Amino acid sequence: MTGAPHPIASPLLEARALERRFGSRWALRGVSLSVSPLQCHLVVGPNGAGKTTLLRLLAGLARPSAGSVQLLGAPLSADAASRRSVGLLSHQSHLYDDLTAFENVEFAARLYGLPEPAKAARVRLETLGLAEVADQPLRRLSRGMVQRVAVARAFLHDPKVLLVDEPFTGLDPESARRVSILLDAEMMGGCGVVLVSHDVHEAWSVVTHVHVLVGGALVSSRKRGPVETAEAFLQEYRSLLRG
Amino acid sequence: MADLFRAALAIAIKDIRVEGRSRTALISAVTFAALVLVIFNFARDPGALPKSALAPSVLWITFTFAAVIALNRSFALEKENAALDGLLLAPVSRSAVFLGKYLANLAFVFVVLAVTLPLFVLFFDVGFEGGLPGILAAAVLATLGFVAVGTVFAAITVRTRFADLMLPLLLFPFLMPPVTWAVQITTRLLSGRPVGEILGWLRLLALYDVVFVTLSLLLFPLLMDE
Amino acid sequence: MTTLAKRGLAITAVGLLALAAVYVLALAYTPIERAQGLPQKIFYIHVPAAWCALLSFSLVGIASILYLWLRDPRLDLFAESAANVGLAFSLVMLTTGPLWGKPVWGTWWTWDARLTFTLFLFFLFVGYRALRSAVQDPGERARFSAVLGIFGLLLVPFVHLTVYLFRTLHPQPIVLKPSAPSLPGEMLRALLASLGAYTILMAGLLMTRYALARDEREERDAG
Repeated sequence: MTGAPHPIASPLLEARALERRFGSRWALRGVSLSVSPLQCHLVVGPNGAGKTTLLRLLAGLARPSAGSVQLLGAPLSADAASRRSVGLLSHQSHLYDDLTAFENVEFAARLYGLPEPAKAARVRLETLGLAEVADQPLRRLSRGMVQRVAVARAFLHDPKVLLVDEPFTGLDPESARRVSILLDAEMMGGCGVVLVSHDVHEAWSVVTHVHVLVGGALVSSRKRGPVETAEAFLQEYRSLLRG
Repeated sequence: MADLFRAALAIAIKDIRVEGRSRTALISAVTFAALVLVIFNFARDPGALPKSALAPSVLWITFTFAAVIALNRSFALEKENAALDGLLLAPVSRSAVFLGKYLANLAFVFVVLAVTLPLFVLFFDVGFEGGLPGILAAAVLATLGFVAVGTVFAAITVRTRFADLMLPLLLFPFLMPPVTWAVQITTRLLSGRPVGEILGWLRLLALYDVVFVTLSLLLFPLLMDE
Repeated sequence: MTTLAKRGLAITAVGLLALAAVYVLALAYTPIERAQGLPQKIFYIHVPAAWCALLSFSLVGIASILYLWLRDPRLDLFAESAANVGLAFSLVMLTTGPLWGKPVWGTWWTWDARLTFTLFLFFLFVGYRALRSAVQDPGERARFSAVLGIFGLLLVPFVHLTVYLFRTLHPQPIVLKPSAPSLPGEMLRALLASLGAYTILMAGLLMTRYALARDEREERDAG
């Protein structure tokens, strides 16, 4: 217990007893998750465990069959405006190959109703070191650069909750490092992160909480130990899968 | 409301810009239209059948089938990199997404029309005389309705195997009423009948538009509601 | 086999027996139509089949509306079953039509309004089935086909209107027309009996199809 009378930060994202099913086919059952500022929740699990489904529910792309998602204390509903405080970086880039990096990001800025879309897009691309390739068609950029454009697009509206799905897949070490540095910076800025990744080692430096999702249910959900190593967690994960 | 149209316009402009880069849909649709017109001309026995007897049907079949080719592309470009998810994540309503795609598709189909119509006049040697405004009115009214249905169906078929085949299979029955009416209108106008005779058909086309544009606006959000 | 499937089969059996009785009635106890002769007897299969096809189509549409509202997978299954049954009936209608048309009208196929109309129902059923088989994810399949079902339901009046705006060869509506029914009493009796028998048969087939599809889905989900 910390004795200090800190005002307890209310959670940014609170998922309660999320269920997702079609008939008697379950994709997710009884998943609860609470994310506060400065937290990064790592979700691991075998293929088909429901990780992507979970992120889609948290992002408002899919509706839960039961349970609820609260964003900044308000229900994430069909109401479009409630999606403003969440950003999803998927392993799919959400970008158009025929447009330039700048056009892609500017289009997103318009969708999010930012006041000066062109300026916002330029600034974003610059911070991510993409100023020089901004006017190149996306299909000419390398995988790592495309991923950075995807980051620019996903977090351009400064969401409070970042949902990140397998961000390291297919990246060279340099780009992967950039992504984890970026996640760290966003967290320090007061965001909360939910991260789905196979790449526990790559993500470990920013992780504060760990969850294991198996068969649509969380079988383990806890804080990361202060001196815990990625290898130790992976061993625990493997033994959970065997048991 | 202003938000809705702002977002819809942004999406439509984006679509037009993407198409401007690749021109896949438009070039194939327009070439298709030209080819079909040529084939129709050769597939007709000139001794047995005067051009004018076949002309109205040729115009509408060519135009609508070519339009379907353009529609096929509409959601294909949202499929690569799961760009559609990007649209649905944004704080804009699903109706705005529909409207944006609908507006862009209307633009493409009108381009197809703008090419088909002169080619038709050229190859079939028809004079519209005073009938052109009526034919254009029929074209606009027919397009508004079937492109709405086509936009919704393209969003469906893009998620299926054999998307390019599935869209015509589902959409052609929906083309039947507007195409039939448009052919009626064209036949009358080409044979110099007074405009008064076509008003009833135009009204039917307008009714079709009201019903199916409304239905599309209502159902598209449910379609996207996972 | 579950109770529902058994009940469905029982009703189907009743429907088939009733149908047999209708044919005895139509062949032995109903006068031969003077102008058309024996081929007119096909009429007692043809008209009720068309009725059942249209009824199934409406059921697909209604189940689709309810599915999008309530999101109950059973409604999706019901719509699918109704479409399958409707496809069968529209095939019966489309085969008996030409069989009748050849001797009576002198041609296998004519673009008569009602024949054309049912042909369009058939195309809509085929499209609906093709779509269902082309979508993998069950939730997506249910949503997509429900949307198609509702569009189809609204298309039906337009197709109907369109085919009727053209001259029709078809005998004019017989039972539900403003003046008194124009069919002689005995023929009307046979037609109404046939409509009844067909509707029972359709209900039986629909129940059976639904029950079997439900069991199959449950088995697959469990396994």
